[in-house]
Amino acid sequence: MIHQYSLNGYQIVLDVHSGAIHIVDQVVYDLLKLLSDEKGELKVEMTPVCPEEIKAQLLKSYSEEEIKDAYDEVLELYQGEVLYSKDDYEQYANMMVASPIKAMCLHIAHDCNLRCKYCFASTGDFGGGRKLLSAETGKKAIDFLLKYSKGRKNLELDFFGGEPLMNFDVVKEVVNYARSKEKEYNKNFRFTITTNGVLLDDDKIDFINKEMSNVVLSIDGRKEINDQLRPAVNGKGSYDVIVPKYQKLVANRGKNPGDYDQYYVRGTFTKHNLDFSKDVFHLNELGFDQISVEPVVSPEYAEYAITEKELPRIFEEYETLAKQLIQRKKEGTGFNFFHFMIDLDQGPCAIKRLRGCGCGNEYVAVTPDGDVYPCHQFVGMEDWKMGSVEDLSVDFKKKDYFAKANVYAKEDCKTCWAKFYCSGGCNANNLQYAGDVLKSHKISCELEKKRLECAIMIKAALADLDEE
Amino acid sequence: MKHVKTLNNANLKKSAATGGCGECQASCQSACKTSCTVANQKCEK
Ligand code: SF4
Ligand code: SF4
Ligand code: SF4
Repeated sequence: MIHQYSLNGYQIVLDVHSGAIHIVDQVVYDLLKLLSDEKGELKVEMTPVCPEEIKAQLLKSYSEEEIKDAYDEVLELYQGEVLYSKDDYEQYANMMVASPIKAMCLHIAHDCNLRCKYCFASTGDFGGGRKLLSAETGKKAIDFLLKYSKGRKNLELDFFGGEPLMNFDVVKEVVNYARSKEKEYNKNFRFTITTNGVLLDDDKIDFINKEMSNVVLSIDGRKEINDQLRPAVNGKGSYDVIVPKYQKLVANRGKNPGDYDQYYVRGTFTKHNLDFSKDVFHLNELGFDQISVEPVVSPEYAEYAITEKELPRIFEEYETLAKQLIQRKKEGTGFNFFHFMIDLDQGPCAIKRLRGCGCGNEYVAVTPDGDVYPCHQFVGMEDWKMGSVEDLSVDFKKKDYFAKANVYAKEDCKTCWAKFYCSGGCNANNLQYAGDVLKSHKISCELEKKRLECAIMIKAALADLDEE
Repeated sequence: MKHVKTLNNANLKKSAATGGCGECQASCQSACKTSCTVANQKCEK
């Protein structure tokens, strides 16, 4: 299967099953259109010379010699298995099924000091009442991870909420407890935290910069955009409170030897700021160079929802952003936009790519009550509860169900050109908005594919830049 | 090649044969987390 598209003056061809990306000229582009069916599969036999009926069509625009040249190159790529290469991945689909549980989202506080309008957690309590996780349950969560991660060395623990800074003493206690077990169990904990920033102070900043391998700082961009959707409980916007704190945290990040340096400022865009590239650049102007601004996912009826109607405008905005980022790179003032980051050579193995989301299988979420759910988005859906850290129990039937949710188990994904990049989307969104973990959520798919097209185009443009 | 420039090593198939150790970061594709394309993650091997 191939996917071909043209963007910003580049004709790009992705060979899905080898992972090859080719930049082609117009004659090859037109030739490939004629060789492929609507799914991007080869529809004719690749004979040593170009089939007559295809040649006849191309002769309207190109010379005989051009067509021969182009066909020869296409044939060479085909024979080299980097064009229309075979899909022989299904045999791997059940690898990594019995994966240990090695990543956890620890809901340190089901409470929040902001009232973000699009919050999927019902303003922090996930519909289950405002609660803080106790240190005791937090430690049991660590024991749970130590037990079920088996031979896996690298363990991930994300402090999540609600707002985790509302219960920061417990965060510290849990980190210290986990660190005290690393040697004995031969584990390496990687902690991360997602915060709205309101309660950041010097002490918390120091602790985060020392212990957290990544920190996600929530902010939506321009002040008026942020404050419209991210107000405090008293209705006042959060922008003025959090910006200086984030700046301080980032300025200190990675400063001491041994400290971690990864971070993201991340925002959400909604129907109200479809010109979100302005928010991305605004965040950069504030001094941040690791930026993620992502589409809100919500029911269609929400007044800020992104629906099919908004897609063309969003596609246009992604293109604008991509072009501006290339320009910035040229000028030496480039920065990372998370959704356009892609590694065409050293990315993860194909097996990892068969199952992007690890929910319920290698990843679980734990609530302040100690209940285990497949992931943070499932928290509160009673039917999906799959264990408890209190008695270290796991429902392996549920785990197995998620383990098998790979791209070859998802009808739409199987034949999707983006499958090795998107890896099957978000299971929780699929369930909530498409009614089934194994059905894809169309709007998310369209957005993902557009971002991917932009990301690959940026690579093409940067390759040109290198040649100059 | 005159008409085609290939941008990368097409090593996806090879990676299937040697991969699958599971040591890399568990990923989340959703917008509420540090969502990303799986392709930008690093292999730990
Ligand atoms: S660490 Fe590398 S080889 Fe192992 S599963 Fe991840 S991507 Fe594949
Ligand atoms: S979730 Fe959508 S975009 Fe992703 S692989 Fe499946 S069909 Fe393709
Ligand atoms: S189901 Fe969605 S939100 Fe949950 S871990 Fe998977 S991708 Fe992330």
